[in-house]
Amino acid sequence: MSHEAVLHAHESHGHDDHGHHEHHDTFLTKYVFSQDHKMIAKQFLITGMVWAVLGGLMSVLFRLQLGYPDASFPWLESILGKWAKGGQITPEAYYALVTTHGTVLVFFVLTAGLSGTFANFLIPLQIGARDMASPFMNMLSYWFFFAASIVMLSSMFVETGPFSGGWTAYPPLSALGDASPGSKSGMDLWIIAMALFVVSSLLGGLNYIATILNMRTKGMSMTRLPLTIWALFFTAVLGVLSFPVLLSGMILLIFDRNFGTSFYLSDIYVNGVGALSNEGGSAILFQHLFWFLGHPEVYIILLPAMGMVSEIMSVNSRKPIFGYMAMLGSLFAIAILAFLVWAHHMFVTGLNPFLGSVFVLLTLLIAVPSAIKVFNWLTTLWRGNIRFTPGMLFAIGFVSLFISGGLTGIWLGNAALDIHLHDSYFVIAHFHIVMGVASMFGMFAGVYHWFPKMYGRYLNNSLGYIHFWVTIAGAYLIFWPMHYEGLAGMPRRYYDFSIWESFKQFAELNRFISTVAMIVFAVQILFLINFFYSIFKGRKVTTQNPWQANTLEWTTPINPGHGNWPGEIPEVHRWPYDYGKDGIDFIPQTTPVGENESSH
Amino acid sequence: MSLYLSIAIIALIFVVIFQIAKASEYVSVLKGEENSRKQNNKINGFLMIVFLVLGFVGVYVCNELYFGKTLLAHEAASVQGEKLDQMLWITLAITGIVFIVTQFLLFWFAYKYQENENRKVFFFAHSTKLELIWTAIPAITLTVLVIFGLRNWFFFTGDAPKNAMVVEVTGKQFGWIFRYPGKDAVFGKKYYKNIDPATNSVGIIWDDKYAQDDILTEQTMYVVKGQPVKLIIGSRDVIHDVGLTAFRLKMDAVPGIPTTMWFTPKFTTKEMREKTGNPNFAYEISCDQMCGNGHYSMKGIVEVVEQDEYDLWMAKQKAQYLVANPDKDPEAAKAADAGGKLNPDAKKDSTAKKATAKM
Repeated sequence: MSHEAVLHAHESHGHDDHGHHEHHDTFLTKYVFSQDHKMIAKQFLITGMVWAVLGGLMSVLFRLQLGYPDASFPWLESILGKWAKGGQITPEAYYALVTTHGTVLVFFVLTAGLSGTFANFLIPLQIGARDMASPFMNMLSYWFFFAASIVMLSSMFVETGPFSGGWTAYPPLSALGDASPGSKSGMDLWIIAMALFVVSSLLGGLNYIATILNMRTKGMSMTRLPLTIWALFFTAVLGVLSFPVLLSGMILLIFDRNFGTSFYLSDIYVNGVGALSNEGGSAILFQHLFWFLGHPEVYIILLPAMGMVSEIMSVNSRKPIFGYMAMLGSLFAIAILAFLVWAHHMFVTGLNPFLGSVFVLLTLLIAVPSAIKVFNWLTTLWRGNIRFTPGMLFAIGFVSLFISGGLTGIWLGNAALDIHLHDSYFVIAHFHIVMGVASMFGMFAGVYHWFPKMYGRYLNNSLGYIHFWVTIAGAYLIFWPMHYEGLAGMPRRYYDFSIWESFKQFAELNRFISTVAMIVFAVQILFLINFFYSIFKGRKVTTQNPWQANTLEWTTPINPGHGNWPGEIPEVHRWPYDYGKDGIDFIPQTTPVGENESSH
Repeated sequence: MSLYLSIAIIALIFVVIFQIAKASEYVSVLKGEENSRKQNNKINGFLMIVFLVLGFVGVYVCNELYFGKTLLAHEAASVQGEKLDQMLWITLAITGIVFIVTQFLLFWFAYKYQENENRKVFFFAHSTKLELIWTAIPAITLTVLVIFGLRNWFFFTGDAPKNAMVVEVTGKQFGWIFRYPGKDAVFGKKYYKNIDPATNSVGIIWDDKYAQDDILTEQTMYVVKGQPVKLIIGSRDVIHDVGLTAFRLKMDAVPGIPTTMWFTPKFTTKEMREKTGNPNFAYEISCDQMCGNGHYSMKGIVEVVEQDEYDLWMAKQKAQYLVANPDKDPEAAKAADAGGKLNPDAKKDSTAKKATAKM
């Protein structure tokens, strides 16, 4: 079948589908087991938000311990019971909180919540398709994620506690229930949840790739795709190639835990238990498998944010994104390099020094495409006409955080410096700024920008502005001083620093950081109120294209049904970034190229 | 009670903010979209410049407050640390300049190019020349950093000098065990199934001829000022990490896979107490790899002393073999009739041979 014929067949199918759904939608098929990509996106978003609140709350609790290690909070005991005996969080609970915070934020919020939401929502809308290549698989992707969520949640209620060995789950600690109570049944549930999550992410990723490659509307060549789509495409490729490796690592871990194998275990004597019979395994093997996903994962989190920031920045600067091809090339370079740098997380594991040096080179190489992106964003702002929508503010905030956190990556990627800074608060500061908060900003930018398309209403602007300014100031106040703690050698994952002569000097600073963290968390609640209030009561969108943007999603009705366009899918005639061209504010992608029009 | 009160206050603040925000939305509808957008642009544009200025002030204040508490404020305590500090400064200088310039441009552009009816947007979609410039400059800068970094990396991870004393470090939940090879300067073989927490905490094979003079200590490791130390690092249970903050070094302790690290301490513990002005200063060994619920308390000490003090300390140490097998202890037998004295030639001779640890 020719491309045209496929397209045609799909379109007519889309029409049927559309009619079908209008007549027979029940509550269950419309809101629960929906196959509409827009509804699935909202499901991902809201589940992600629930996890973000839980994960954020966990960080508030463990920051309470770090900030006030001597204080007692009786209300904590009434909530957490034996995990906060005497009103103070126990080390077991502290480590469980830290571990779950990391796992949940990295995977459930910034992978599923970010990619799941925006890949689902934007891919069909921006490439001009009625839905995903396989709406059914798409639905399964969400429900596997939901199942993963339930299992992860249930792991918090087992008697021995949830897994508490850090989100990286290094064996032997994660393999031996006798070494840590969190590694008992809590860890089994953790692994099952992660396995379900991997399935979800593969189902989603394959679908995104297939949709982008096969279902673009007429005229939408690959180089006319908005950068959001390119970013989501590379994200999906990274996920599909790296998540299976994590799964294999997890399966070996299950075998070591439950069936007596020795993939990761050797020469172990556990206090109170004695010598184990396992010999010949390598604990480091797991780290290679884990980081082979773990590092691309960082970009799985970051790339969608980069894509959305590029799009939002161009729209609100009323100016084309600078260097479309360079942006695309740098995304590609980052995606390739993402697979070649994993061992920079392992510089102090006794890695062969020569191998280490190769990873130093490849790691620092990533700074080049990253620098290209930053300078291109700056040039996009230069001589633009900037509208400060809340989405735009978060996009600018993203760039600021990406610069700050990216630059410390140059410190940590250089193995010799990493010997000193590894696993210190410097690392916490680095990855929270560059990956955690920055991607969160990308996600916020996306939510503020596309909320009108999602719900046909606006978010409240003033609350958006308060949300932005408090959050960016708070993020810097929390994480900037941590660089100094790291430069004093203060290690991560410490429950209490009071016995350490070298680290206890930061008690006052820790208290300050904890206080700011609580304020920032409170402001996120304000965002939640804004979000849910606006879904039902927000100001209604009255025009089809409220941001005066060029991309296709703004050619759909204000409240698009399943199938997105009531009539024909529009044809595309140009790239998405004709802002300010020949003195015209914006020229949508659907506008044919004029005879006298200059090329970009 | 105070909890409920604070929740009530927070809720009240939320309600107030929310109502104001809602009211401002009504006002903006009345004013018209154009006007309210203009106003928002003005406020946020101004805030951009405020944030830029306050941000840089904040960076300065933070540095004033906390720089003195970082390790960079004092001379490094090891030869490795010196090289590392130098590299830190160079990296800081380069990334610092980039940080200031790019953050300035970002917020300055945001402020300067806020929406203005009279401005005609400059349609500027690409420039190969610019892209090449900002590909080449970072690439060259990074090459310098890589070359510099790798020279240090190979020095740090390279072979210890021939005259290095060798100490074996073993991590366990939650503490550190140190083994000295004894007079023969060779470690006896060990096997983990021989571990007995009371008498043989690392599982030494007593039949090995090199094993019988091995010395075991816990928590505190003695080393000599100015003499390179090579650590052979292992773990008994889960992965730990020997974090030597003051020497700027760390290395994982992995069960089953020995790792090594070496350093040359420059100052004794006493000298560091004077240098830092902290009478409680100690070279602490912190566990830097999550190892279980006691991770935060897994502390060891490196005691850096002069040679003569070290010799005195070493003379007092008893071979673990004799501790584990008191019936083989000639001194214990002697003590029965004469109240024996320490063997005067139990002098440490660690510089002789490079120890080979067989594991």
